[in-house]
Amino acid sequence: MDFGLSQDQVLLKETIRRWVEAESPTTRVRAVMESETGHDPALWRALGDLGVTGLMVPPAFGGAGLDLLDAALAAEEMGFGATPGPSLGSTMAVVALLASTDHEEHRRWLPGIASGEVVATLALGEPHDVWDAERLGTRARGPALVGEKALVPHGDVADLIVVAAQDDAGPGFWLVERAAKGLHTERLRPMDMTRPVATLRFDGTPAVKIAAGRDAIDRARDAGLVLLAADAYGGTRRCLDMTAKYALTREQFGQPIGAFQGVKHQLADLVTEVEPALSLWWYAAHAWDQIPEAAARHAALAKAHLCDLYDRATRICTELHGGIGFTWEYDLHLWFRRAIFDRAYLGGSEHHRARAAALAGW
Amino acid sequence: MNLSWSPEYEQFRDQVRAFLAAEWTDEDRAAGPEPEGVGAFTGASVRVDERATAFRLQAIERGYLYRHVPRRWGGGEQPPDPLKATIIAEEFKRAKAPFEIMGQGPSMLAPTLIEHGTAEQKERFVRGTLLGHIRWCQGYSEPNAGSDLASLRTKAELDGDHWVVNGHKIWTSNASDADWMFALVRTEPDKPKHDGITYMLIDMKTPGIDVRPLRQMTGDADFNEVFFDNVRVPATSIVGQRGQGWVVSRSTLKHERALIGSASLQRRTFDGVLMMAQALERDGRRVVDDPVLRDRLVQVETRLIASELHGSRLLTMSQRGEDPGMSALVTKLFGTQLGYDLGKLAMDVSGAGGMLAPGEPNAPAMGMFGLAYMWSLGVLIAGGAANIQRNIIAERGLGLPRDQRK
Repeated sequence: MDFGLSQDQVLLKETIRRWVEAESPTTRVRAVMESETGHDPALWRALGDLGVTGLMVPPAFGGAGLDLLDAALAAEEMGFGATPGPSLGSTMAVVALLASTDHEEHRRWLPGIASGEVVATLALGEPHDVWDAERLGTRARGPALVGEKALVPHGDVADLIVVAAQDDAGPGFWLVERAAKGLHTERLRPMDMTRPVATLRFDGTPAVKIAAGRDAIDRARDAGLVLLAADAYGGTRRCLDMTAKYALTREQFGQPIGAFQGVKHQLADLVTEVEPALSLWWYAAHAWDQIPEAAARHAALAKAHLCDLYDRATRICTELHGGIGFTWEYDLHLWFRRAIFDRAYLGGSEHHRARAAALAGW
Repeated sequence: MNLSWSPEYEQFRDQVRAFLAAEWTDEDRAAGPEPEGVGAFTGASVRVDERATAFRLQAIERGYLYRHVPRRWGGGEQPPDPLKATIIAEEFKRAKAPFEIMGQGPSMLAPTLIEHGTAEQKERFVRGTLLGHIRWCQGYSEPNAGSDLASLRTKAELDGDHWVVNGHKIWTSNASDADWMFALVRTEPDKPKHDGITYMLIDMKTPGIDVRPLRQMTGDADFNEVFFDNVRVPATSIVGQRGQGWVVSRSTLKHERALIGSASLQRRTFDGVLMMAQALERDGRRVVDDPVLRDRLVQVETRLIASELHGSRLLTMSQRGEDPGMSALVTKLFGTQLGYDLGKLAMDVSGAGGMLAPGEPNAPAMGMFGLAYMWSLGVLIAGGAANIQRNIIAERGLGLPRDQRK
């Protein structure tokens, strides 16, 4: 009975934390997010050198072969740092690839993903907030895809797109390469500029089917939910840290604002909700790895709860900063914007709570 | 992360089960009536009759009960092992066997005596307290000393070899049943307020003590007021040094904070609310199918699960010898806030029937959720009110400046 992290996991977190501080301070975050594509291949390769891009890639293909919990710990740290990059879509794409038994495709793509040479993403959602495998409108006719995918993370810079679609047999995954003919990408202006999104249109685009069945799609989606929850937790912690520090240094009425109960109690209420919420996504990740019957429901609960909390944290922390918190130059809005991404992507909180109720058979 | 029990602990669980099967039989379970009240809280037996005492002594001998208390003072004396302690609590509850006595004597007074008491005090009180033969009440709060406990005014003046106590305590649970009170009284009126307090043991049969029931908002009287009119207490009845009572009492408040906010009671309440939501119909559908209430049910359950898992995380930290820091500080506030939200949800699921009083047969669930709703405010205030918790979290946890205090 041990509900805690291993020494290796603590070390993994510390390693990424140090890397983020040294290599991806907010000055670099801003440079990347304000660049033409919003993507910095050098930063992604550096994460590859660090081993982060290959955490869930099996050792045979150059990765660490670790669990979703480990990937979620990395997501927490990158959420803490507002680290730009295609990590979320890439990890979901790896999960989707591993749902396939097509070892040729594994050999072709996984080593590049693990090294950071290849950017992969998952194209799941469709217009009108469709996230459910059964409702996908993108169709495969033979080896070609027709349809539209919405809000694909890093969709216009990805070398490999894993597409969730349907054919006559039902839902499944198809692989599409960036240069494929009949693939039209449209970059959108995102609220969270550290994780740009694109619309992808498939007009008879050549594609390779790698997996069948809604279970594969649900499992990749659930991994995404856990990663979003972990990212939200990391971002929430960062906002709390920044605000507690600011409350100690900013003086008004002749004293640090942190001496006022109005400020102290708002922060205390926030941290009181944040501390126990850590266990929710730890458990959801652990369930995804080890307890299949609990995985889907706990992923939904963790995503809904942590993302709501992230929204609340960024709002309160911005408010407590006063005017400086509302400026572009101050960094808080980086997390405010990431909270908006985390809440919206893969479906909102009410959607996932309704799913959780149904999954429990209520 | 590994949520299964290792063979070592599975083996320990088997030992505990074998002990319980042999020593606490169906006959024993059937023999004595279970007292009202706290028994329902843990599910274990709170009997203190001869048979229960004999059983407890055996369980202590085996090292299953009062593991942190030295054998010399009547405890089981075992190295700290929160996992073993968890297994014991689970198995005793399952067997409905006499467990450690709930209440302020064993949880607050006994550890204080062991830390600060004289050899005579330990000899006289600890063993009987652990077996439930000496019952205690706590004399801390006063009408003008609530959150600001150190401003208490009940005074004790030395007259020969006795203290003479005068004053007024309030919110005293079990005062009418208690044999003794452990109290904080002011003995040095000229010293700064924290330095003028002494920790005192008072025999409740002493002349001059008047216990009056205090009816709380539920309509029941679960507390008392205790009045002291020239109550003479032997000079040897103080714990620790004169004027050191504040420091002596600190360890006991720490214990109480750990007691309040148990997730298992809230889990039982939630399961009851969910069953009610599935059974009741409103607007032509089950209440659980109302999208708004359904969403609130999931929100509350999510925080309940967080609370349960948080307990496992704290347990793991404790087992590993790690400092829980902030994660322990927030436990009471989180639990009581969740309790309030859960109580309110229960009322809203009850619908208009929620306006009926506890015990009314026509009310959903006999109106018991209304009682839970009122009590959720009681625990929010008891043992360090919510705003005091917020100050502690902000000051000790986040390192923000301390409030100005006089």
